[in-house]
Formats: sequence, C-alpha cells, structure tokens
Amino acid sequence: MLKDFFTRKKYATIAVQGKPDIVKPIENKKVETVNKVNTSYDKIKDSRINPRKIIEDIIDEDTFIEFDVDLEASNPLDFPDYKSKIALAKDATKEKEAVISGEGDINGERAIICVMNPSFMMGSMGTVVGEKITRATEKAIEKRLPLIIFSASGGARMQEGILSLMQMAKTSAALARLNESGQLYISVLTDPTTGGVTASFAMLGDIILAEPGALIGFAGPRVIEQTIKQKLPEGFQRAEFLLEKGFIDKIVKREDMKDTLSKILRLHSKGGEVHD
Amino acid sequence: MTKPLNSEKLVVELEEKINELKEFSEKNNMDFSHEIYILSRKANAIKKQIYKNLSPWQIVNIARHQDRPTSLDYIELLIDDFMELHGDRYFGDDGAIVGGIGWFEGFPVTVIGHQKGRNTKENIKRNFGMPNPEGYRKALRLMKQAEKFNRPVITFIDTPGAYCGLGAEERGQGEAIALNLMEMSRLKTPIISIVIGEGGSGGALALGVGDRIGMLEYSIYSVISPEGLASILWKDAKKAEEGAKVMKLTAKDLLSLGVIDKVIKEPLGGAHKDKDLAAKNIKKYILQELKVLMELEKEELILKRYEKFRSIF
Repeated sequence: MLKDFFTRKKYATIAVQGKPDIVKPIENKKVETVNKVNTSYDKIKDSRINPRKIIEDIIDEDTFIEFDVDLEASNPLDFPDYKSKIALAKDATKEKEAVISGEGDINGERAIICVMNPSFMMGSMGTVVGEKITRATEKAIEKRLPLIIFSASGGARMQEGILSLMQMAKTSAALARLNESGQLYISVLTDPTTGGVTASFAMLGDIILAEPGALIGFAGPRVIEQTIKQKLPEGFQRAEFLLEKGFIDKIVKREDMKDTLSKILRLHSKGGEVHD
Repeated sequence: MTKPLNSEKLVVELEEKINELKEFSEKNNMDFSHEIYILSRKANAIKKQIYKNLSPWQIVNIARHQDRPTSLDYIELLIDDFMELHGDRYFGDDGAIVGGIGWFEGFPVTVIGHQKGRNTKENIKRNFGMPNPEGYRKALRLMKQAEKFNRPVITFIDTPGAYCGLGAEERGQGEAIALNLMEMSRLKTPIISIVIGEGGSGGALALGVGDRIGMLEYSIYSVISPEGLASILWKDAKKAEEGAKVMKLTAKDLLSLGVIDKVIKEPLGGAHKDKDLAAKNIKKYILQELKVLMELEKEELILKRYEKFRSIF
C-alpha cells in the first residue's frame, strides 16, 4: 500500500548525490501516471517540506531546543542493504532520521513540535521515528504543553518490519495519554501523508490542518488503481478532497501556517484561565 | 496450494503405499505388519521433519491456506451462545469483520475478528477479509460496549490488510484505523488478541492492541505482504519467497522480537488438519491469560498495556 512512495525514494537517493546539501526537497523528474494530467499537483511535489526550513519559519528565533539529537536508525532485523540506504539518506539530508523534534515558541506561545522529513527515506516511520514522536508526546504531557506534528511520510518503514508497524500503536497510545491530560494536539498534514502515518498519529489531531494539494491517504494512489483496476478521479486524496469528505479541519498555505498555529495556540492557552 | 503441500507429497505417497499394503495383506491373508509398522514410522518421522523445518514462505502459504480455520470457526468452537452484532451505526455493516457477544468458559465476552471467506461466493461477501472503515468502526463500537459492560474482548486477526479502495479512502480508512489504535490503548477492559492466519499491516493492528498477543504457530504478522515488499524492493512481486525470508514475519520471529507473548501450537501440518485441536490450544492460552488480566485493577491494566507497546524500540 505504501508502494509508490517507497519507489520514489530510489530516485531521491540518486538525485541528491550531486547536491548533498539539501535546501530544497528533491524533485520528481519522472512523469507519474497518477498525476500526469494535473501539473499543479506536480508542483506540490516540488514544494515538499524541508523540516529545518519549517522550524525556521514557524518557531521564533533562538527559541528552538531540539530533542534526541543523537537518536539514529539501526538495523534491528538485519535487513539486507538497509544500512547503506540509511547512510545514503543521512548523507543526502545531513539528518540522522526522518523526523526532527523539539520545543520552541510560536509568536511567543510555547509548544512541542515534530517535523517529518520527506527526503529521508520518504519520511518513513521506523523505530526511531516512532520513538522520537512518542518521547515528544510524553514531553508535552509532562510539561503541559501543546503538541504540533508536521507529517510527511510514505508510511511505516518496511526495512524494520513488524517493529515499524508497532510504532503506529506506540505513538497512538502516547497520544491517547496526551488527550486524557487535556493537552492540545495539532496535526499538520503535508505532501505526502500516507500509510501507517495516516493510520496513526496524523489523523488523531484535535485540530487537523493540511497544506493545499497535499496527498493524504491510507493507500497510495497506485495501489488503489491496481486494486480497483481503474484510474482515480482528479484530485482524489488531495487535501481539498479530504476537507470535503470531513477528515480535516482547514487548509492552510505555508506562508499562513505560523499565524494560524499561533492563533489556535493562543485560544487554547487562555481557555482554562477564563473559567477559573 | 504451493510448497507445503508439495513437500507433503512424499508423505501422501508413503501413506498410500501403507494402505495398499494393508489391503493386499488382508486380501491375500499375508502378514506384512512389520513392514507396515516400519513404513508408518517413517511417514511420521518425515512429517515431523517437514513441519519442523518449514521455510518462512511455506509458513506464509499455510497461513493463507484456503482450508485454514477462520474467526467464525474458532468462535463456533470456543464461544457458547454466540450472538453476532452488526453495523457501525454510521454507514453500514462490513462482512470482513465479525463481532458479537457470548460465553467463553463461563465468562461473558465480546469477540471480534477479521473474516475471510471459504469460497468465491463467501469471499465476495467478506471482501477476502479486507475491511473497509465501517468494519473498524463496528469493531470499535463493540469494544466500547464491552468496556461499558466490563466484558473482556477477544480479537482474532486474519486479514491480508485493510481494503485499498475508493470508498475506503473516501470514508477515512486511515482515521478509522488510527482511532482504533488510540482507543484500544486505553480501553478499560482486558483485550486478548490472537493472530490466527494473516496479520496484514495496519489493517491487522487495528484489532491488535491487546494486553496479550498470541500467534498460532503457522500464522504470520508483518508490516507489508511479502509480495508488496518484493515489488517495492526488487520490482518483482514474484520474489515474495525471498521477501518472506528477510522480513521476519513468523510467530517464532515475532516472539523473539518481543512483539508477541506466545506462540500457540498447531496440529501437525497446520490448524486445518485438526481445527478442534487448534481451538483447544487457543482456549487454553486465552483462559490462562484472562484469569490473570481479570485480577488487575483497571489502571494497572491500562498502564501495563501502555508499557507493552511503549517498550517496542
């Protein structure tokens, strides 16, 4: 089901060899059948998030403290060629894993924030991604802070097998605790959010925002086409479609994201005090 | 079926020979009992050898075997006065997931399981055991109901995966699974999950956030199907056999990875050879664990369930 996102990572790793310092997410040069007719969706692919840039844009200057900087992927199943794939991804992105977590201020409102990295093995979730998100969630509970997660992922990472799958349960269980503690969780869906990430923390926000045109779904478009043996309608599984179907709260452009997030945060930080 | 039955051919031939010999000796009034004894012993030894050394791919094939007992088979064998309950109260009733209430060894329980069909007609009704969102929402409704009435929940896992269709996406397959994971993690009643056949990815896990997870000996549980893995990694779904080898999806593998709690013994050759025996082994495990879990305070139960999944890193 995560097929087409994992296949993309292949050219991703090739493409970055010439430019190790990724400022812009890697582009998809291949014409993809699903989106062939719609060039505007191709552009969305070109503007996939870069987590460092998101943090720079969203978090007030000099307030960001990164968590778990040293956590990096291992190879728990001894899966063939996995180590070299991690090495390539690390080299290409200069990151140790597919998510960055930490805390910082958004227009003066403190929050815990996680941002996934679609350029690191398609933002796939293995044990380290699951662990970092779980720890960030637990930190939000402990510090009584709101949690924001920017998702961008092809789903669970198959090279870590069943252990990746179990991260879905682990992160969702942590969010259940956050929910009970009364803390806010804002989920921000960016292109693409699919598979095991959609089927766990991405869809569990108190408020779910999405970037315009982002592909959001459980199964990847190609898998669905293979299953139903017909072409998908244009715009299927895009943020606008999910809004129409009632699965997200609001579509927010990247340039408006910081203001939108801080408005939501402010509304929630004052809530308790008014009633006291 | 493929390999497991191929490897059984030798046994089948031997058993035929034994029967021929028996008939021949009866007809002609000759005593071949010694020869028969030796051949029978040999057949048994070969059988044991075959099933002791099954490859992951052979196990995949047993787990998917057309005759493998399904959730409803075990429900029939284990639950007294089972009453199936239907519908998610929002959209419809999904045949790929069955659920209901009944008695397990004197305990009122809620039982929920993926349901595969036994033939084409049944499989159309059951969508080959691949649920749509309404299936997961039905499961969640029944779990919340179980919590309200303090009934333990037993889940049977047996699905190739959640359905990848238009309607499934439109109705929020991802959200439905996610919500089950979250709600199961804090359900205030014991949950015992048994993987009885195929544990296909998120669609399986959505019934699998249990206090105890048991797996039948020849069942599988994985993040993606071996075919899916092979087509992504090697661009060739036919390399599934190789995929099965590297992805660690057997009950034994999962036990050693600390993901499950128990490998439940199957009859020689697989559960379909003797479903009563398979059911008996499942019953023994559930009963033993249920007694332990029912003793726990709710808070402790939920804390331990959290820690169980929290520790997978």
